[in-house]
Amino acid sequence: MAEDTAPAAPPPFVGPLEDKDRIFTNVYGFQDWGIDAAMKRGDWDNTKALLDIGQDTIIDRIKASGLRGRGGAGFPTGMKWSFMPKESKDGRPSFLVINADESEPGSCKDREIIRHDPHKLIEGALVAGFAMRARAAYIYIRGEFIYEAKVLFAAVEQAYAKGFLGKNACGSGYDFDVFVHRGAGAYICGEETAQIESLEGKKGQPRLKPPFPAGAGLYGCPTTVNNVESIAVAPTILRRSPEWFASFGRDNNKGTKLFQISGHVNKPCVVEESMGIPFKELIDRHCGGIRGGWDNLLAVIPGGSSVPLVPAAQIMDAPMDFDGLRALGSGLGTAAVIVMDKSTDIVRAISRLSYFYKHESCGQCTPCREGTGWMWRVMERLRSGEADISEIDMLQEVTKQVEGHTICALGDAAAWPIQGLIRHFRPEIERRIIERGAPVMEAAE
Amino acid sequence: MADAPHIPDEAETRARWGAFAWTEENAAQAEKVIARYPAGRQQSAVMPLLDLAQRQVGAETQTQGWLPVPVMEYIARQLDMPYMRVYEVATFYTMYNLAPVGRYHVQVCGTTPCMLRGSDDVFAACKNKGLVKGATTPDGLFTLTEVECLGACANAPMVQINDDNFEDLTYDSMGAILDDLAAGKQPKIGPQIDRQTSCPEGGPTTLKEMVTENHDYRGEWA
Repeated sequence: MAEDTAPAAPPPFVGPLEDKDRIFTNVYGFQDWGIDAAMKRGDWDNTKALLDIGQDTIIDRIKASGLRGRGGAGFPTGMKWSFMPKESKDGRPSFLVINADESEPGSCKDREIIRHDPHKLIEGALVAGFAMRARAAYIYIRGEFIYEAKVLFAAVEQAYAKGFLGKNACGSGYDFDVFVHRGAGAYICGEETAQIESLEGKKGQPRLKPPFPAGAGLYGCPTTVNNVESIAVAPTILRRSPEWFASFGRDNNKGTKLFQISGHVNKPCVVEESMGIPFKELIDRHCGGIRGGWDNLLAVIPGGSSVPLVPAAQIMDAPMDFDGLRALGSGLGTAAVIVMDKSTDIVRAISRLSYFYKHESCGQCTPCREGTGWMWRVMERLRSGEADISEIDMLQEVTKQVEGHTICALGDAAAWPIQGLIRHFRPEIERRIIERGAPVMEAAE
Repeated sequence: MADAPHIPDEAETRARWGAFAWTEENAAQAEKVIARYPAGRQQSAVMPLLDLAQRQVGAETQTQGWLPVPVMEYIARQLDMPYMRVYEVATFYTMYNLAPVGRYHVQVCGTTPCMLRGSDDVFAACKNKGLVKGATTPDGLFTLTEVECLGACANAPMVQINDDNFEDLTYDSMGAILDDLAAGKQPKIGPQIDRQTSCPEGGPTTLKEMVTENHDYRGEWA
């Protein structure tokens, strides 16, 4: 009996990308960011035609592309847009807020988009804002990006001058404004409700949800908060088709992605690659390998400081995407890859992150406000070995009490790196304590 | 809070800054900023106005500026909000200086990605030039602050001095930057090694056409 076998599906494409499939072609700023140069590269090319396909069709196509939010959580972008009201029943306008408060240690991609390809972002703001029926977009850019904000202000003015924004944007008959708002130095404002608070002129302290921003966000109006990269890729997806975007990466992890590699590689860089590219290929192809060779790799934080580290042996062949890294107990986050070689004082590296979270806690929820400082102080003692072995478990216990008990995810983000350290490097922590002279049980002769 | 800023005496501050008002140029800029937000939502403008005020104070004192209480009260009146709400914002965000700083505000990133690439050496270079963390040098030239991740991790280690980033630093290049500033010279902004922004050192591994021309890849779209 002949077996009825379906033809095997071809393996998913996981890189390397060809240049023609890269979205951010001016990512290194070799060429001018201005609107005329950007138009020669394909931005603002008959944007009216993109809008003419209709609001619901745009959202459907973004859904079909498989784009997941690039700010870290990986929520499907098209679905997020579809939560916005289709018509205002009470006269409240809707807003799009674009999160350019890039502050996650390791992340430096939005900066490159804004200073070198700002028109991709601004065109994306119009397309996304139109699709979700927003009145205006506010781009919230972190305060320390001073030069980048200057470029962005100027780029928005260029778009207005060409008639691409404002009344009858791009001749579409739709009125849409884009405003730039500078932050002033607070990591927590990258959290969407804290960002909304900050935009309203308050301290950036996260709000309780519900109500979710899509119901009551900025000024109490329906609001969607999206990452810069999620918005900036939208026009290209619509131009080239959702199928094109979905042809990169594994199921549920589609598209191209800006990877930001820092730490102990020979040539740190920002590079756009296919989702799912194996870690080793990413590093060998674009970063000139690990400093001192592959045998010298100790551990990697694959998605920005908030995700747990992964030891060398596990990361080597791992696909760099949401599900691939989650399977290793970590996450893709913003694809901010922090590489650590064997010269790293791993306890200090994580302890420094604990200090970061202590510094950035907004102070609203007690477990985070008190816990981040407590965790950092214990981490500092573990670093020098000035502790008792039992304190490792106590620290683990405390991270569990912070995690999940706060309004926003900063508490979780402070807990996870420590949990990752204890999970993978417990012997190293114990070694320091023992060498420091803690009483050791002697084996009975 | 040993590292809390030393806020100057209030009577002195009032005497010096009680009559603070926008310059003509900044008054126009303030109106422009307020117009970005819906009518009745002028409180949204508090952050940009505090930044503008800090810069004006800086220009008047030849430093990077700070926010004396009378200046915050002035902004509160303009935006029709309680002073305490302005003060809350000014104390919440790290970029508002609550005490005077020097001519150059040297903000060295010390977070893990920079630490891995040698921010210890950058701090050592600062120390060697007489800069002390959290303090201003006696000549009023430099204030050194350790800051958290400034978002230039692929160009670590880095420092932001006033409005400029200096990246891919070493002990030597950091020292040279401080020497230049002290001598009144403008050091090269951006990467201190031979490198284009966040491109891999030695040249790009991708998008090589872009180096020499504004290449349009649309012709190659299938």
